[in-house]
Amino acid sequence: MHEWSLAQAVIYTAIEYQKKNKLKKINEIKIKLGELQQIDREIFEFALKEIAHLKKIKASIKIKTEKAILKCRVCTHKWKFSEAIKKLDEDKREFIHFVPDLVHVYLRCPKCKSPDFEIIRGRGVWVESIKGD
Amino acid sequence: MDPRLNIIDERLKNIKRIIAVSGGKGGIGKSSIASALALILSKLNYRVGLLDLDFCGPSVHVILGVDDLFPKEEKGIIPPKICGIKFMSIIYYVSDEPSLLRGVDISNAIIELLAITRWGSLDFLIIDMPPGIGDPTLDVIRLMKRIEFLIISTQSKTALETVKKILKMLKELKVSILGIIENMRIVESSFVMDELKTFGVPFLGKINFDKSFEEAVGNPSKLLKTRFVQDLKKIVLNRSEFKGK
Repeated sequence: MHEWSLAQAVIYTAIEYQKKNKLKKINEIKIKLGELQQIDREIFEFALKEIAHLKKIKASIKIKTEKAILKCRVCTHKWKFSEAIKKLDEDKREFIHFVPDLVHVYLRCPKCKSPDFEIIRGRGVWVESIKGD
Repeated sequence: MDPRLNIIDERLKNIKRIIAVSGGKGGIGKSSIASALALILSKLNYRVGLLDLDFCGPSVHVILGVDDLFPKEEKGIIPPKICGIKFMSIIYYVSDEPSLLRGVDISNAIIELLAITRWGSLDFLIIDMPPGIGDPTLDVIRLMKRIEFLIISTQSKTALETVKKILKMLKELKVSILGIIENMRIVESSFVMDELKTFGVPFLGKINFDKSFEEAVGNPSKLLKTRFVQDLKKIVLNRSEFKGK
């Protein structure tokens, strides 16, 4: 249920946005879910609905997922997390789920074996846009 | 928009005081003091949390002998308790693997931990800071608005040089400085106090070098009996800076 805390962060972001922009209501929240964090979408959506209801936010929530791409800083090789994750056991996958940056602890560049790579995209939860009036 | 940034205040709202134990140089006793301070405050019946932010060299778990503990997942992460202290560290997720993280990754991991950790109500959250005045220091200053810095120095001229830089930076950023503790004192001298007098920061006290400390590492009951902890306890009991709110 770690998804709950991230869903709460999204709703708090919408509330903050509403306050800052002096909006009467929030109509739409667009969220991007980075694959690296391996969010359970069902739980996340349920949590979003529950927290939005509690906080009286009646917005349409649109979620899209983004594939995670990693790029080696040493040899510039790019690779997909979805391929690399197959080699990780359940525990390591879970650790990356809690703190996505720990991918550096458990993965290496498939080409040159370096741990010095960057997460180009698809890290975690991101609010793309909020609309309201 | 990074949603995690908007939940951190909510996660910290029931914590009365947040104290970052810092000092710049490695090996000057930041982790030992952070761990001992948490133990002392917990023994004084305060509700205490302890966060090890030294991701590249976490050591609080070694000092406190944390073994076989793992955070509970419940609408976030609930830190497990050791000796009554809620303890959070990256160590739960990296075990004995090295954390090969660059600055940007460290910042992201700090934000993640602050966004998902549910501390509940605490009188004190003690943070063991990594050496240096880079990303983690700037991150806690940015993300934890009520933070107070406890600065550790030794009699070493090299340690003092870095301490001066930290004090200068904290003063410039108008961050609250609780005071300075002189650790690992070997000779009777007012050198540290004299050198840092110009900063106008309270000199809280001194802790003598304690050879027996290393033997007590990993055993909180033994740690509490060391001269090191007794020296620190005197400072905590005698100084108003450590009173709960």
